[in-house]
Amino acid sequence: MTAPAAPANPGMVTLTIEGREVIVPPGTNLIEAAKTAGVLIPHYCYHPSLPVAGVCRMCLVEVEKFPKLTPACATTVGEGQIVHVHSAKAREARKGVLEFLLINHPLDCPICDQAGECELQDYTFAEGRKDSRYMEPKRFNPMEDFGGDVLYVPNRCILCTRCVRFMDVVAKESVLNVSERGDRAYIGKFEGADLTHAWASNVVDLCPVGALLSKDFLNKARAWELDRAASICPSCSQGCNVMLETRDNVVVRIRPRPNASVNQHFACDVGRLNYRWINRRDRLEYPQVRSSQGLVTTSWSEAVKAAASAITAAARVTVLVSPALSNEALYLLGRIASHVSATAVMTIARGPEAPLPGVKDLSLRAERAPNHTGAELFGFTDVISPTAGLGSNDLLIVADAAASVSAVPDGVRVIVIGTVLDDMLKGATIVALPVCNFAEEDGTFMNLRGRVQRFQQSKAPPAQVRPTYRVFGEVAAAIGAGSYPALASDVFATIVATVPAFAGMTYRTLGLQGAPATLPAGAAV
Amino acid sequence: MGYPHPSHSRETPVISKYFGDPEARTLAGWQKRGGYEVLKQALSTDPVEVQNVVKDSGLRGRGGAGFPTGVKWSFMKPDGKTHYLCINGDESEPGTFKDRELMRWTPHQLVEGAAVAAHAIYAETAYIYIRGEYTEPIARVSEAIREAYAAGILGANAMGSGKRVDVHVHKGAGAYICGEETALMNSLEGRRGNPRIKPPFPAVAGLFAQPTTINNVETVCAAIHVLRNGADWYKSLSSPTNPKSTGTKLFSVCGNVARPGNYEVGMGFPMKDFLWELCGGPPAGRAFKAIIPGGSSVPILTPEECEAAVMDYEGIQAAGSLLGSGGVICFDDSQDMVRQIARLARFYAHESCAQCTQCREGTAWTTKILERIRDGQGTMKDLDTLLEIADNMTGKTICVLSDSCATPVVSGLKKFRHEFEAKIPKNRSSVMIPSLSTAAA
Repeated sequence: MTAPAAPANPGMVTLTIEGREVIVPPGTNLIEAAKTAGVLIPHYCYHPSLPVAGVCRMCLVEVEKFPKLTPACATTVGEGQIVHVHSAKAREARKGVLEFLLINHPLDCPICDQAGECELQDYTFAEGRKDSRYMEPKRFNPMEDFGGDVLYVPNRCILCTRCVRFMDVVAKESVLNVSERGDRAYIGKFEGADLTHAWASNVVDLCPVGALLSKDFLNKARAWELDRAASICPSCSQGCNVMLETRDNVVVRIRPRPNASVNQHFACDVGRLNYRWINRRDRLEYPQVRSSQGLVTTSWSEAVKAAASAITAAARVTVLVSPALSNEALYLLGRIASHVSATAVMTIARGPEAPLPGVKDLSLRAERAPNHTGAELFGFTDVISPTAGLGSNDLLIVADAAASVSAVPDGVRVIVIGTVLDDMLKGATIVALPVCNFAEEDGTFMNLRGRVQRFQQSKAPPAQVRPTYRVFGEVAAAIGAGSYPALASDVFATIVATVPAFAGMTYRTLGLQGAPATLPAGAAV
Repeated sequence: MGYPHPSHSRETPVISKYFGDPEARTLAGWQKRGGYEVLKQALSTDPVEVQNVVKDSGLRGRGGAGFPTGVKWSFMKPDGKTHYLCINGDESEPGTFKDRELMRWTPHQLVEGAAVAAHAIYAETAYIYIRGEYTEPIARVSEAIREAYAAGILGANAMGSGKRVDVHVHKGAGAYICGEETALMNSLEGRRGNPRIKPPFPAVAGLFAQPTTINNVETVCAAIHVLRNGADWYKSLSSPTNPKSTGTKLFSVCGNVARPGNYEVGMGFPMKDFLWELCGGPPAGRAFKAIIPGGSSVPILTPEECEAAVMDYEGIQAAGSLLGSGGVICFDDSQDMVRQIARLARFYAHESCAQCTQCREGTAWTTKILERIRDGQGTMKDLDTLLEIADNMTGKTICVLSDSCATPVVSGLKKFRHEFEAKIPKNRSSVMIPSLSTAAA
């Protein structure tokens, strides 16, 4: 061992990767250090959220003064190191690994779900051999249902063991293992165990190849046909960052988007699979107003006018909101409610809590709504029976919260502002205003820890459906509760200007990772 | 001692002195032969002094890598952590069976060596990991440990020293890779026997993530003789021309040879004399064709290369191979080298732990090609492919199993290429696939 050189940057390690100077904290591995210089060191088994295994041998790089090639995942940075990622020696080694990985691989990219987002495909295209020297019969193992939403195709498996390590170390429920040895090895399940853990589907994302597939997404779309938008999972109050993936304006898959402060690289099975409602076809598509012929389609301006006059004329108003609405929508609804001294309520759906033990403060939360924290901040209280005690004097505004209403008491008039017009509400409805669901508009949610996070529009709304914040803004203006801008970012700016918890935020500074709100002491966090 | 043959006069039996002597197996018999005197003395000596004597003796690891034992022990400092000693009795290297005899005939020698080594590294616990197929050695060592505990040699107050020394036997399940030191530790911990990435090295975080030293059975057996007779005595046993390889080495000889068995000779013994005088040369009417001098993982030598070689770490390296574990495998001129090398490759393909890509896929691919050539279905191009695969398998994996598979292929192709070429049908450019050729017809 040579004496350590005096660091060029105290407290940090300075080294050279592919001719670029990199300054990183001590203990960083070469893959992460290279990322900061914009250099991708090809790898399979390494994953930032999993312990290092060092088995795929794909990330072998040349470090000057090292006797052999070294795995970048298992090598920590050293002061003054000079690392060559794309030297002839390193490229040759990777070419060898790629050839080995492919000899028993079925090369069935045309029918593989992973094609287009497959690291084996990408790296082979980038630096693999153009032909194969393998002339022997290929190893064959049958497909296996791993339980949950996971299907295992062993012939495509490169045995990187990411899935095994995820279940062992992050989910802390050992279900998977490496069975057998040598080239007979495959990922096996322990006797009687299944991938039924609430977070098990993460192994599908972690799999760098097409060996672990989602049964739900199987044969549904090719990766290159998908459009993607950054979003927030609406299934609970954790606020996992996700990517909504659409094909022809239909959401076909929800996948986690990394956020070290919230969900690392993970999303639970409930969140992933809860997307079909976003694509419902029985939407409320046009504004409707009750007339002598029943509910009839009308123009937006007529409908808003009708809603406003009903609200101002009502003796008592109850605003029932969904805790899945954005901060922008809830803020405006709060203004409407306070302007007419309405009762502001919501109901929060609940389910069993399901933590991911390996990640601090990450869980499928009992509160199955993305923004109940925001709703509480804007003055909405969680009640068990929002329609109890309502009578013929009452006007009930149901803001996309049909699920909270079991029955409308006699004589109550209802204004529905929502994505669908529920049959149960239909009889009492006097005005129905169609709005976007969260996938069709921009907005922010506040998770249970008070983190404000943006979601972006990922699909177009149907027919005359308008964004929630715009509709609520127009209704608020029509009843004289102030005037509001028509863009989500501008509504957010209004919130920032008036609600201290949001002080200093803008859509731009929130970016794709969000920021914690300054919640008053005793707030529901 | 050339057990089961009588000792040859040119042998230097030190650790193998009591092979074939059933009395030495018992505690009483071992103590009559001076057993446990070294342990008693060592327990009252400072571990650093014990380390220094072994360091001075030049004793090097007998498991294959040849790392200086005293230096290895000196990595262990009294740091307040729990230290462990592992004794590697997995002996799974094909062609090697020296530890088997050491454990069969002199189990107390091993127990004493383990206890001394444990003391030298500030450990209270030693695990002797013995491969599962070694049923008799396991029984002998277990019995020796039982006797030693009963006599107060091991336990909370080992030999009245006030120090605790515990020795346990752990039975392996028969995987070759569990002889790799970190795989052995995983196996001991109850995990799958996969080698670990280094760093951390065992001396920092080994068994149960504690500082650990791992020694071969033969190494700790030799260590007690070093401590009994002194470093200078040990050095005097070997050829004075090479001070880097000292003492004696036990060689296991098998294959096509007149007198197979274990032979203990001083380091630097001429290989020619070893093969012809001690082992009796090839079977009657035959000639040697190839010699693997240090277990199946080292390069194959031709008889000509063995001619002038001396048997120590540097001498065999100079001849183009490695001392390895001391398992000498002899092939005579009746052997088909392609078949032999294919068989070796098949062994490694079977035993690969499947972690590293190069090893998992490379060993199996190599085997398939070699067996195809063996069966007369090879092409000239296969020979180049084999060498390129071997290159991709060398020096790129966590442990050296992959390299071990490539080694006999590379040296075999270099030295016996004509045998490979003789198996390849003339002018064949591609493989004949029966189904395709019949379809064409």
